Amino acid sequence: MTCEQTLIEQLQAATAGGTPLAIQGGGSKAFYGRACEAQPCLVGAHSGVIDYTPAELVISARAGTPLAELETVLEQEGQMLAFEPPHFGTTATLGGTIACGLSGPRRPYTGAARDFVLGVNCINGKGELLRLGGQVMKNVAGYDLSRLLTGSLGTLAVLLDIHLKVLPRPETEVTLQQACTAEEAILRCNRWAGQPLPLSGACHSDGRLYLRLSGSARGVAAAAATLGGDSCDADPGFWKALREQQLPFFLDDTPLWRLSVPPAAAGINIEGQQMLDWGGAQRWLKSHAPGGHIRDTLTATGGHAILYRNGDRSGAVFQPLPPGMLALQRRIKQSFDPAGILNPGRLYAEL
Amino acid sequence: MPEDTFIRLLQKQLPASCILSQPDELRPYECDALSAYRQLPLVVVIPETLQQLQTTLRLCAEQEVPVVARGSGTGLSGGAMPLGNGVLLSLARFNRILEIDTLNRTARVQPGVTNLAISSAAAPHGLYYAPDPSSQIACSIGGNVAENAGGVHCLKYGLTTHNIQALEILTIDGEALTIGGPALDSPGYDLLALMTGSEGLLGIIYEVTVKLLPKPAAAQVVLAAFDSVDAAGAAVTATIASGIIPAGLELLDKPAIHAVRKFIDTGYPEDANAILLCELDGSQEDVTAQIERVSQVYRDAGASALQVSRDEAERQRFWAGRKAAFPAMGRLSPDYYCMDGTIPRKHLATVLNRIAELSGEYGLPICNVFHAGDGNLHPLILYDANKPGELERTEELGGKILELCVAVGGTITGEHGVGLEKINQMCVQFNDAELQQFHAVKQAFDPRNLLNPGKAIPTLHRCAEFGAMHVHHGQLPHPELERF
Repeated sequence: MTCEQTLIEQLQAATAGGTPLAIQGGGSKAFYGRACEAQPCLVGAHSGVIDYTPAELVISARAGTPLAELETVLEQEGQMLAFEPPHFGTTATLGGTIACGLSGPRRPYTGAARDFVLGVNCINGKGELLRLGGQVMKNVAGYDLSRLLTGSLGTLAVLLDIHLKVLPRPETEVTLQQACTAEEAILRCNRWAGQPLPLSGACHSDGRLYLRLSGSARGVAAAAATLGGDSCDADPGFWKALREQQLPFFLDDTPLWRLSVPPAAAGINIEGQQMLDWGGAQRWLKSHAPGGHIRDTLTATGGHAILYRNGDRSGAVFQPLPPGMLALQRRIKQSFDPAGILNPGRLYAEL
Repeated sequence: MPEDTFIRLLQKQLPASCILSQPDELRPYECDALSAYRQLPLVVVIPETLQQLQTTLRLCAEQEVPVVARGSGTGLSGGAMPLGNGVLLSLARFNRILEIDTLNRTARVQPGVTNLAISSAAAPHGLYYAPDPSSQIACSIGGNVAENAGGVHCLKYGLTTHNIQALEILTIDGEALTIGGPALDSPGYDLLALMTGSEGLLGIIYEVTVKLLPKPAAAQVVLAAFDSVDAAGAAVTATIASGIIPAGLELLDKPAIHAVRKFIDTGYPEDANAILLCELDGSQEDVTAQIERVSQVYRDAGASALQVSRDEAERQRFWAGRKAAFPAMGRLSPDYYCMDGTIPRKHLATVLNRIAELSGEYGLPICNVFHAGDGNLHPLILYDANKPGELERTEELGGKILELCVAVGGTITGEHGVGLEKINQMCVQFNDAELQQFHAVKQAFDPRNLLNPGKAIPTLHRCAEFGAMHVHHGQLPHPELERF
């Protein structure tokens, strides 16, 4: 029996018996979201690249494909996943990456995970195989359910196969460093993002602004001359360490919050330590401040907060939704998974 | 309920200036840009305020009267075609740009604002709104979101779904919901993606926040002529394989070049069987580097002529031919029908050759002008609606082309939407379980099926009837149903 058939049967049985399932790829992002105690539904064995023609800029792979394997295949052809997904461990799979919908430092400049999802084959809670979207760049037939599934933390369907748009790797990348305050960094990043500069990363940490430029050698050199600062190409590993949360900032057990804010939002005044990524649009906060206080502060900026790591995983991890929106999202959950068996509670207690 | 009773209820709650109900007033709303399908609505409502919009929807929900939203009516798939028993809800008076936030690079606008007006308003700040459907001078941003509109620059800058950040919508019950927000993502499910391209079936958009991008410092076009469409198709693949993502990559075949040359002086070579227009943008240094590489790619691919735009006027002139292609066809033929399939690019030559064969079989000429970079075909079938049966044969030929797109792994619509036009081909692209999932999502928003019913997603019953005439993947669909 194929992995696909096994999974379909497992889901049909779980729906019939009302047995909750916890979907698992490589387990590298088990820390993320709310705790979900349920019978494991293992997807890791459904692995491998299905189709890849580099000139199409599309790769199709099974959900259990290790992310590292996928990236190696792309790198051999001079291409990449432009949303620069974090792995958070060697066992990371493509399915988990898309289910979590996480994106790395390049996100504000090239797009998020959902922007590169062209289509998925998946199994909804009823055990029905659905082919959503496709393998082409432009597709407006039917509702865009494959992007809806991206970041839904496995609460709507089990991802089987994923079609992604990929991009050529830039010819050249250069990292600049400038000494400045966080407030100044926010201004600089956003002013520059409004100019035709080949920015592909902007992070502020410990009084230094790190800027990454990507493109043709001539284009990058010209932009670097405009922006100024010291080149720090000696350490191209900075962006990977940032993406994988391996910088010293991330290495302790303090509750880690991800603050998603309008990129130019002024400094957010909450007790604790902060670091700024995505040109200001994503801020990391290490803090013991109460969750309610952090969330209220973020609501006032127009943004939202996620308890990313550590802390209490049984309470609210994501920003609570307004009642009308929560009711709608519950109905959407029910449309995919009427028996409520898929990762119940992983995203919200009510979903 | 008698129809005039409903109109009287509207008249009680809305100013007279918001309601059109006389046949001559309704006439301009009987179709969108797919003018072969026409229907007078019961009534047209043109609210001016959010409160009036809310009142209208609440009344429709209460009286179970269906609602079809309309922006500028430039849609090509009949998505805004009215229902005879329903309200045609025009958002045309929601036409203000509310805010341009230069530092966060967003614009907050009402849905009736035209696509081009956003870029014009952002221009003094060096910013623009990237998606540029060919109707951008007239089409509204609300309609762009409803259809997930594309344009010439999608390959590099994405579709509407990649370029919006927030929506304010009303549900059919008049409840206001914020979808997305001023940050780059929002908590919960990604309803922004779901709403985009939902063709007015899930909610009514009353405000849109779009992303603005910095205007590239430089843009130049490489025009390359080829002896065959196959060679031009191979050059498209070679462009992408060289590691360059052009800002636009368009292909015109011989009939299209011929029509354009008669219409406008663009400098397109006379003897070319296919022309590629490849726009490169970025810093001047980037553009220069890319032009060198692309020119080499086209020489290697056997280009019979190669020109690089030397200044902005010449760049505009190269594009003028592409932009004039549709009106140029209008001169050649009384009517034309524009298709919108997308295919994996590797099948370009096969599909174009098969389209040429179908054109011969049906005796209807077809021109191809399309977004080659992302495999989005726009075959134009030339016909004469005054000849009995010719429209029907055109639609049948169009359907065959779309089914061909699905057969090679593509889709029936890249950017124009399903609407009414392609509703039968949805049965070819999706099976019952998938269609049922779509209907279930619709139910989550609109349980009484009042928002644009009958568009975009076919009923299983309709597919069974359509399937009776078509065999899908060698099997008759819905074998459980009786056939007459």
